[in-house]
Amino acid sequence: MEQFKSPQNQNNKTNLAKKKKTSLLHKFRGNLKYQKYLFVYTCLLLPIIFYLGIRILPTLFTFNVGFRDWNLLSTDIQPFVGIENYVTLFQDEIFIKSIFNTLIYIILGVSGQLLFGIIVALLLHKINRFVGFFRVIYFIPYVTSIVAISWVFQWILMGNGIINDVLVNLGFPAQPFLNSPDQAIYVIIAAMIWQSIGFQMVLFLAGLENIPEMLYEAADIDGATGWQKFWHVTVPLLNPTIVFSAVIGTITFIQVSFTQVINMSMDGSGGPLNSTLSVVVYIYQLAFKQFDMGLASAATVILFLFILALTIFQMKVLTKKFDY
Amino acid sequence: MFKRWQLALLVILLSIVMAACSSDDESSANQEDGDITLEYWQYSFDSKVSLMDELIAEFEEANPGIKVKQTNFPYDQYNEQVAAQVPAGRGPDVINLFYGWVPTYVDAGYLQPLPQDAFPHEDIESEFFPLVEATKMDGEYWTIPTAVRTLALFYNKDLFEEAGLDPNSPPETWEELEDYAVQLTKADGNGRLEQSGMAWEPAQQGHHWLRDGLTLQASGQVLSEDRKEVVWANDPAGLEAFKYWLSFPSELGTSEQGFYTDDVTAFVTEKAAMNIDGSFRVGTLQNDAPDLNYAIAPLPGKDGLSTNASFWTNGITARVEGEKLEAATKFLEFLTSDDVMERWLDATGELPAKESVAMQDKYVNDEIYGPFIESLPFANAHFFVDETRERDLVIDAANRVLMEGQDPEEAFNQLVEATQKLYDEYWEE
Repeated sequence: MEQFKSPQNQNNKTNLAKKKKTSLLHKFRGNLKYQKYLFVYTCLLLPIIFYLGIRILPTLFTFNVGFRDWNLLSTDIQPFVGIENYVTLFQDEIFIKSIFNTLIYIILGVSGQLLFGIIVALLLHKINRFVGFFRVIYFIPYVTSIVAISWVFQWILMGNGIINDVLVNLGFPAQPFLNSPDQAIYVIIAAMIWQSIGFQMVLFLAGLENIPEMLYEAADIDGATGWQKFWHVTVPLLNPTIVFSAVIGTITFIQVSFTQVINMSMDGSGGPLNSTLSVVVYIYQLAFKQFDMGLASAATVILFLFILALTIFQMKVLTKKFDY
Repeated sequence: MFKRWQLALLVILLSIVMAACSSDDESSANQEDGDITLEYWQYSFDSKVSLMDELIAEFEEANPGIKVKQTNFPYDQYNEQVAAQVPAGRGPDVINLFYGWVPTYVDAGYLQPLPQDAFPHEDIESEFFPLVEATKMDGEYWTIPTAVRTLALFYNKDLFEEAGLDPNSPPETWEELEDYAVQLTKADGNGRLEQSGMAWEPAQQGHHWLRDGLTLQASGQVLSEDRKEVVWANDPAGLEAFKYWLSFPSELGTSEQGFYTDDVTAFVTEKAAMNIDGSFRVGTLQNDAPDLNYAIAPLPGKDGLSTNASFWTNGITARVEGEKLEAATKFLEFLTSDDVMERWLDATGELPAKESVAMQDKYVNDEIYGPFIESLPFANAHFFVDETRERDLVIDAANRVLMEGQDPEEAFNQLVEATQKLYDEYWEE
């Protein structure tokens, strides 16, 4: 689709742009049209300067910090230590644990989010009454403060909270939920999925609207069952949406696992026993609790490479072109 | 040609970018009129902030030519804010720090030792409670507090009466505390806790209670004299204290981690009958639960008495020199004067750091503050090389026993070993 153009196309385009540029300078004098363009380009350039200063340069600087013994509070020169920080990190059990946890967050969280997003969108796509009402209901969690939601979940899930009341009344044993190193991470993932269903729903609804009705009619004529229609018409044509959702979902999941973990884990820092610790929370702890910017930057670089690899993987594996 | 408004817009946009990129010279403007401006940072705690505003006004009046500017950050962002300002070359001249953070700051070269002519070591050691030595390192005092806090036992008198206990005789020994906690606990038919006899939260004050309270009460020690070795496990008292501490949420079944989210909430909502907390909590209780019928007693002891003390303490940052250093020293002298200490207690509930001020009859006999002040002579402030990580190690050790069924002795030895590693890392530098 539009956003996944082949590289050749893009090359042609940049070549064209270069040719235009030389002639643009030439024609500039006395040409009102090109002066207008200059103004527009200057305006467009400003956000780029901002973006460079706020995002790109600090990102590049992180690579530098990752190779140094950098104490945040120290005003002395920060000595260059090579890959020592990386070695320390890969020998650090807690860091390994946090990577492992992050994988669980992404795999379960993103697939859960996509699955429930599609289900809700399909259901909403079928109904004609109260559409707006249901959309609002499903979208509300997404616009609610993560912190507030986390604390409400804490209360609901505590030892004598409402969920355990229900469980006990049904004859099941009370569960520790957030107090258990085996359950806490899944509870947090569930809360994150619940919160993001609304966003996924909107994406998938837009995707579904774009599927021409005639394809379903044609499938009906061919005698396709509902399941066949879903699997051979809906899913392939939703593919771009799925890829987009998966990539965006992964990145946001890595980011928001911070707020949720900080507010829902029992000790506020990835507990119990680091079972809910994600890489971003650990980076935060390294940088601002232990003041070790070197280690934190090294961990950030690893996270960056990790996201990059994952995104490329998702684009390559998930993207397929379907023509009907 | 450009239209005029387009040109104007362009100029405005460009100048905004320029302004954003250029460094600002705000700090130099302050000194134009010959005044010295001191930056004072402390965390946002309403009563402390407003008292400090008053004190600053008085100090400025008494010392013309010196201005003090107070900046506040929320407690949980305090270190980050400090850390964020350092690379920018900005920051405070006088800073208020939690004592457990001081070694990290000293290690990073952020602070300078207190000037000895204004704060001679003999004076500090004879006037202040010995616990201020927690921030003495490399033979220097790096900070000096106005006030200190101690831990004591908070108990709910109504719940005591309901359980048939005398609200005027709180538990005084380990056995009594166990006994009381059991009697004050209520559970439903399924073994779920409805009322906790004893709030138990290692992430709050629990780890302090274990280190400076229980261990010393059982006549053990956590650290060697030179603070380089963790001797917690050298004496059976360490393990004994650890096991006793863990018995509340395990064998005795009186407590649960995260019960009503945390110990303070549980105590305020009358779901926990007893809690170990600091004098700093008194203000919160008065505001949030004015009707709560509670009392305070010194921590129950065993072989001896002991409690944890902690304090926020003032230091001068490394780059302050010359006239500014003189001004900063004057300000510190003012903050540690007897008069300020008394007003500090009235306004914030924190106890005077000087023995002669604290041990006055009017304070010792105070119903609320009395037990805290009574505890001061046997209070101990553990020397932290890294407060957060040492805390986390204690929490993890407890959770390994409570959640994964690890043998307490094994968990304790792991805790000691891991803590020793932190000390080795700290001292090798």
